[in-house]
Amino acid sequence: MPADLLFEIGCEEIPAKMLARQLVDFPAFVELRLAAARLEHKGVRALGTPRRLAVIVKQLADRQPDLNEEVVGPPVSAAFAPDGTLTKAGQGFAAKNGVAPEALEKKEVAGKKGQYVVAVRNVVGQDARGLLSGLLTDLAASIAWPKSQRWGWSETTFVRPVQWLVALFGGEVVPLTWAGQTSGRASRGHRFLSPGPVEITSADGYVDALRAAHVVVDPEARKDLVRAELERLARSTGLRVRPDEALLAEVIHLGEYPVGVCGEFDPAFLQIPEEIIVTTMRTHQRYFAMENQDGTLANRFATLMATIVKDPAIVQAGNQRVIASRLSDGKFFVSEDRKKSFDAWNDKLESVVFQAKLGDAAKTIGHKVRRIEKIAAAVATFASMDAASVELVKKAARVCKADLASHAVGEFPELQGVMGRHYAKDFGYPAEVGSAIDEHWWPKGQGAALPITAAGAIIALADRMDTIVGCFAVGLEPTGSADPFGLRRASIGIWQILLSRPDWSTLWTPLFAATRDALAEHGVAIKDPTALETFFRARLRGIFTEQGIPAQDADAALAQEFRDPVDARARALACAKISKEAREVFKRVANILDDARGKKIAFGAAPDPGKFVAPDNVEHKLFTAVTEAQAREKAPRAARDYTKVFESLEQLRPTVAAFFDKGGVMVMDPDAALRDNRLALLSWFIAPYLSIADFRLLGVVTGDGSAAGSSTAKGVGAVARSKE
Amino acid sequence: MYLQDLIFTLQKFWADRGCVVEQPVDVEVGAGTFHPATFLRVLGPEPWNAAFAQFCRRPGDGRYGENPNRAGGYYQFQVGLKPSPLHVQDLYLDSLRALGLDPAAHDIRFVEDDWESPTLGAWGLGWEVWCDGMEVTQFTYFQQAGGIDLMPVTAELTYGVERIAMYLQGVDSMYDLKWDKNVTYGQLRKPWEFEYATYQFEELDAKISFAAFDTYEGECKRLLARKVKDAPAPLVLPAYEFAMKASHAFNCLDARGAISVTERQRFIGRVRGMAKACAETYVASRAALGFPLLPKALQAQAVEAYRTAAESGVNAGALAAARSVAAHAEEIAHAG
Repeated sequence: MPADLLFEIGCEEIPAKMLARQLVDFPAFVELRLAAARLEHKGVRALGTPRRLAVIVKQLADRQPDLNEEVVGPPVSAAFAPDGTLTKAGQGFAAKNGVAPEALEKKEVAGKKGQYVVAVRNVVGQDARGLLSGLLTDLAASIAWPKSQRWGWSETTFVRPVQWLVALFGGEVVPLTWAGQTSGRASRGHRFLSPGPVEITSADGYVDALRAAHVVVDPEARKDLVRAELERLARSTGLRVRPDEALLAEVIHLGEYPVGVCGEFDPAFLQIPEEIIVTTMRTHQRYFAMENQDGTLANRFATLMATIVKDPAIVQAGNQRVIASRLSDGKFFVSEDRKKSFDAWNDKLESVVFQAKLGDAAKTIGHKVRRIEKIAAAVATFASMDAASVELVKKAARVCKADLASHAVGEFPELQGVMGRHYAKDFGYPAEVGSAIDEHWWPKGQGAALPITAAGAIIALADRMDTIVGCFAVGLEPTGSADPFGLRRASIGIWQILLSRPDWSTLWTPLFAATRDALAEHGVAIKDPTALETFFRARLRGIFTEQGIPAQDADAALAQEFRDPVDARARALACAKISKEAREVFKRVANILDDARGKKIAFGAAPDPGKFVAPDNVEHKLFTAVTEAQAREKAPRAARDYTKVFESLEQLRPTVAAFFDKGGVMVMDPDAALRDNRLALLSWFIAPYLSIADFRLLGVVTGDGSAAGSSTAKGVGAVARSKE
Repeated sequence: MYLQDLIFTLQKFWADRGCVVEQPVDVEVGAGTFHPATFLRVLGPEPWNAAFAQFCRRPGDGRYGENPNRAGGYYQFQVGLKPSPLHVQDLYLDSLRALGLDPAAHDIRFVEDDWESPTLGAWGLGWEVWCDGMEVTQFTYFQQAGGIDLMPVTAELTYGVERIAMYLQGVDSMYDLKWDKNVTYGQLRKPWEFEYATYQFEELDAKISFAAFDTYEGECKRLLARKVKDAPAPLVLPAYEFAMKASHAFNCLDARGAISVTERQRFIGRVRGMAKACAETYVASRAALGFPLLPKALQAQAVEAYRTAAESGVNAGALAAARSVAAHAEEIAHAG
């Protein structure tokens, strides 16, 4: 009978983030192991708290299914010598499959010629109980943690020392010994509230048995409990708890039994920038900020204890004392910072290394800031900003990194830019400069806000392009999944900014050129612009496909030109409008031209109408039709309305068909002059459409990406989209 | 609880559980981990359980005695348990109870805090222990020191003496702490804080400290390279003392702002180089002495295992020595 399996590894406090990750990864890992052991089941569920990682397998089969399979081996001629004895290959095959030589069969195999040796394997499935001890031991030892440790005299490594093991299959203990512990049915309750063993009778009763021992082992239930506690605190204070999903995800793993408690701090601290207060509470103490109903920050916080205490007021008082001293530090940092200036900080940044490999003339943040200013000024000019705006961009660029040298950012790196904005105000800079300093770090992540001001956006572009090009120039480009300098994220940021500002869609080229020049002045030269272009193209492809554009359409559009992302997107979107018939015609035309080029036939870019001689005047008809089409496509092309262009193309289809069909022309005429003129005609006709999208990459089936078109041709898609 | 009673309580508590109550090292150190009773004793197969208060100097944290929570000199109470007992967390929680911090009344939590000392070539995993949101102890399972893999593993507990005392006495400034019935922490420490902050930040002559660093480093290296008649190995204990002194000289220069960002890494590397060399020589020296803290019956096999494996390096030797006696862990002393 199938039965539920419970496996609990009890240990000392697992770091919250590692536990969160493991709860996500663990089920798939367990399923993989069960599949390898050929044990069927009805689902795997991971549970856990800081002191335990557990898994419940529903309805795990109590034995492996019997195995009856035929394994096809070498051809008979290879497995048997002429005298009928087994060859080395034949013996090896029999041994590998655990079949006696005389039991090997000779059979015809579908899809193959001649007779083959076949081993018929009949393996009786093993009892799960016999397998589980080894399987669970191996499972525990193979769990991947970002960091593991040893303890005592043990050789075993685990995230923290292992304290107990519970392993039950249908209520029976699965015996195993690992990490110095022997499995049983004794789990443990809350460290303080229910110390001592908790007997688990079956997987079914696990969650409830622990709940009775003050352990909420289901992380979702713990999250609900934390939410409810925060709501309780909000109600009792008449305030709101500021939502913070990332913090919530962490605090649910900081205890086995969360209980909320509030605290307050001296309202005088509300004078320091709000971000400092919120970040201090969050980073150092894992407190939630609380706000008044109008959204302003209150001098209160909400936190979660990991236990029930006799008198919460004691814990509250302790926490208040801690945060008061932390906020005093914050206040001190800010008041010290306000005595300084952006110029003084910039001086410091002259000796802070941004990237050592760039060399002594380019490596510091000071160098980088000077490059950013140059690049930003060039791009701003190209974007037709007026002189005053360009000056503002330069002014902001000069101080965009200054706050990195401040105390506050030293203490809270995540406040880079935010503090710059505050200090810009303190130091008397125009508000636009403060905004640009802050926004040049945007977008700060996937889906995060893009720079609002033009100055912020321009500096954001310059900073990112400088990092990308600089790193590529000195061989620090991303490889595989490794992207230590965040270049993929940086390039996506560039594309997102350009896509969000249609007026700027042509800025990539001047941005790249200005960056190349600025780096060259600092002695950094780009050896291979192609690699950079491939890199940028691949990121844009990723953005397009994420937006739902079929991969082959994105490839077809990006194969031609990628630097103007707005235009490229319009071209990619238009691909969906090309009919199946049109695709076929195009493929045919493109193939003929490719063949001719392959044969080294030289033909012109445009035909000579004087040489049109085909019967029924099909050449002339095509020439006239295309001339008309080119005229009517002029306006939509200028407006990037490629859908209109393809509609116009659709009208050409009968004429093109007639050109090829019976009664049409033979392109590859024996007369070279006629042949070349016809090739020129086709080339002249197709070139403007090819510049929109490379049809050779499109499948003949429209719509989804499953068409026959190649997505890897020309290396466009060769850089696989990787997770950012 | 007076501050000195806190120290007495911890000393008595850990002495009762098998710790040697060591005394502070008489050289300037930035943390109790530098004490030879920690840094050197964690190396190799020998058991070692010790507890001691250590005065620590962090010149850069000096605030002229004006900041209630930060100072250039402060006390740590350090416990090292080698091998780490399986119930070390319970032992530790009992020590909090002994101090009057009862987990039934307070919110005690173990929050991830991995420890790494680039100057000592050391790292470990563990937690900062929170009591009502306040960090009261660093709790670390040492994995490596001086670049040498540690077996058995030492559990290091570092209590923040002032913090805990402030909490127990309910004062907001460390200077208001009562050291005993009559004397406050401020009366004892404030003049020192003022004079040393002034000295470190304003008076210290960088030339002297740079020269001192070079001298200490040179002496450390010289001692480690030298064979001395009658000694089983180079004079590693004085050599390590010079490594400690060099580390302090570096801290002084750093606080004075005399070291640039790039130089900083280089200086840290130089201290680490000394620490690593001392660690290796120390293990070799203990092997030459026959690992005297192991039970007599196990010493010979540990030395033999060390000698065989040490041909491919001290690290391999240290691990082999530990593995050769690990099966007899029950016979080897542990705290608890």
